[in-house]
Amino acid sequence: MNKKLLASPYIIWILIFTILPLALVIYYGFTAQTPDGIVFTLDNIKKISDPLYWKAFLLSARLSLLCTVICLILAYPLALILAKSGNGKKTLLVFFMILPMWMNFLLRTYAWLNLLEGNGVINTILQFFGIPKQQLVNTPFAVVLGMVYNFLPFMVLPIYNVLIKIDDSLIQASSDLGANKFVTFRKIIFPLSLPGVISGITMVFVPAITTFVISDILGGGKIQLIGNIIEQEFTFASNWHTGSGLSLVLMVIILFSMAIISKFDKDGEGAGLW
Amino acid sequence: MAEEKIIDLMGISKSYDGNIVLDNFNLYIRKNEFLTLLGPSGCGKTTTLRIIGGFENADSGKVIFEGKDISTIPPHKRQLNTVFQKYSLFPHMNIEENIAFGLKVKKMDKQFIKDKVKYALKLVNLEGFEKRSINSLSGGQQQRIAIARAIVNEPRVLLLDEPLGALDLKLRQDMQYELKRLQRELGITFIYVTHDQEEALTMSDTIVVMNKGKIQQIGTPEDIYNEPKNAFVADFIGESNLFDATMLQDELVEIFGVKYPCVDKNFGINTPVDVVIRPEDVNLVDPTDGITTGTVTSAIFKGVHYEMTVDSFGVEWLIHSTKLSQTGTEVGINVKPFDIQIMYKPKGEDAEAVMLDE
Repeated sequence: MNKKLLASPYIIWILIFTILPLALVIYYGFTAQTPDGIVFTLDNIKKISDPLYWKAFLLSARLSLLCTVICLILAYPLALILAKSGNGKKTLLVFFMILPMWMNFLLRTYAWLNLLEGNGVINTILQFFGIPKQQLVNTPFAVVLGMVYNFLPFMVLPIYNVLIKIDDSLIQASSDLGANKFVTFRKIIFPLSLPGVISGITMVFVPAITTFVISDILGGGKIQLIGNIIEQEFTFASNWHTGSGLSLVLMVIILFSMAIISKFDKDGEGAGLW
Repeated sequence: MAEEKIIDLMGISKSYDGNIVLDNFNLYIRKNEFLTLLGPSGCGKTTTLRIIGGFENADSGKVIFEGKDISTIPPHKRQLNTVFQKYSLFPHMNIEENIAFGLKVKKMDKQFIKDKVKYALKLVNLEGFEKRSINSLSGGQQQRIAIARAIVNEPRVLLLDEPLGALDLKLRQDMQYELKRLQRELGITFIYVTHDQEEALTMSDTIVVMNKGKIQQIGTPEDIYNEPKNAFVADFIGESNLFDATMLQDELVEIFGVKYPCVDKNFGINTPVDVVIRPEDVNLVDPTDGITTGTVTSAIFKGVHYEMTVDSFGVEWLIHSTKLSQTGTEVGINVKPFDIQIMYKPKGEDAEAVMLDE
């Protein structure tokens, strides 16, 4: 059978659910509704210079970068431990790692709300020990915590996948040539795991910078991320033009930062997006 | 050859999950010799090498290196280098970085490293390859780089774990001469592991034939080939006719009811023995001139010689000869007394080991 014909369902899928929406976003992003009808304009794009918007964007960038760094710091040792543990144990540990992902994303985030609330589990425990109530929800801390909790597996798994593929004999060769464990890690294991790290960074940073659900639930409307602003433009403000314009700006910035980061991955393997 | 010992393995035992891999293994290696550990897979040869390299720890016993016990010293502190079976070159480094790795770790001077890398590449006939990537090399070239990466550190001993296993026949033969040349030029001790008897015979000063974690025989290639100590060695090294026989008296052996004069003495009277006769030592003659007779059952041209099988009253003989005797011909079989190798039957565990391997 013709190979092109076999691919046609996917091509149709991509057309309807990727190309068409993207085209619409671009269309709305570069146009505006005026009394004279729809006209071409760059105003939607320029709106990012409005303090309301760029402050939200900067906050998003800061929090998602922080989230990515924390995820990386937590995930790398975890992935190393996973990769080094015995086969039976390995499966079990990976299973536990993935287990929370089988639960609904919203449910997990609401669970954190329950834990962090003023009268939530953590504050109750604190009070039991005579420590005053802490403001935990509606803070940047809560939002970053929610991000890290939700996105950590996306950092662990790609790094783990790369680590288990590193041939043991390379590590032995390094040791044979006089390198101790630390030097072997720095010169062999870490450089060889970079594709996984880059893939992990991509998979954590992109959803983190665009999230609005986590900041909605754990930020209680006090933490306005660019995702929240865009969401509000589409829903409450019913201004698809501004929402689309901001989306485009965000998309270009993400693409740009991913392009930079992929420069570190010389072989281009494992990075997923590129 | 200098008689000085460089490595002494004393009573090494090792088992994995209850399977004994090495059983009270004793071996010393002399300075500047090319020693080969030869045996079938699972005989413990690679484990021996890995224990010397420090990648495995023995359950008991000691590894003595230049008079010092190094049994518990980690690999990176041992003055030996290994050429791994799978080359194990670092894929994220170019050739220069790969070869320089050991010297960089030791924080050598930059210019010194550069000169050394150049020299090492010259030794393995890959001059000017510094900036090439690992992936651009053929298997044989990768193998040379692996060797260069090891010898650039001037190890006292180089361990080689079946380094030619993945190469094709022609390349393997070229590399055998190359390795031998390198060993002579550098004047370092090589410990080589292989299951390929031809490789072992070509390169070694000393061959250690191993089976089931035990040494079967140690000797020069000539010794091992011409004077195998037991049936296992005879069978493993080269092709051979291996017979159950009885030593009737000094210098007379009976093989399946036929008496052959031989040169061995002191086996006693009517002792059961193993007899090995190399196929090239069997002479096909006129039926009336033979000690025994038989019929040629197959004849295959092998290039240098013909390989023939002769059925002699139910006993099959393998014969290599440059002269063809056609299938179906009646022939006489003659063996010179000197070419009959008599060996004691293995006892107890050894017998079991030989049987299992067959």
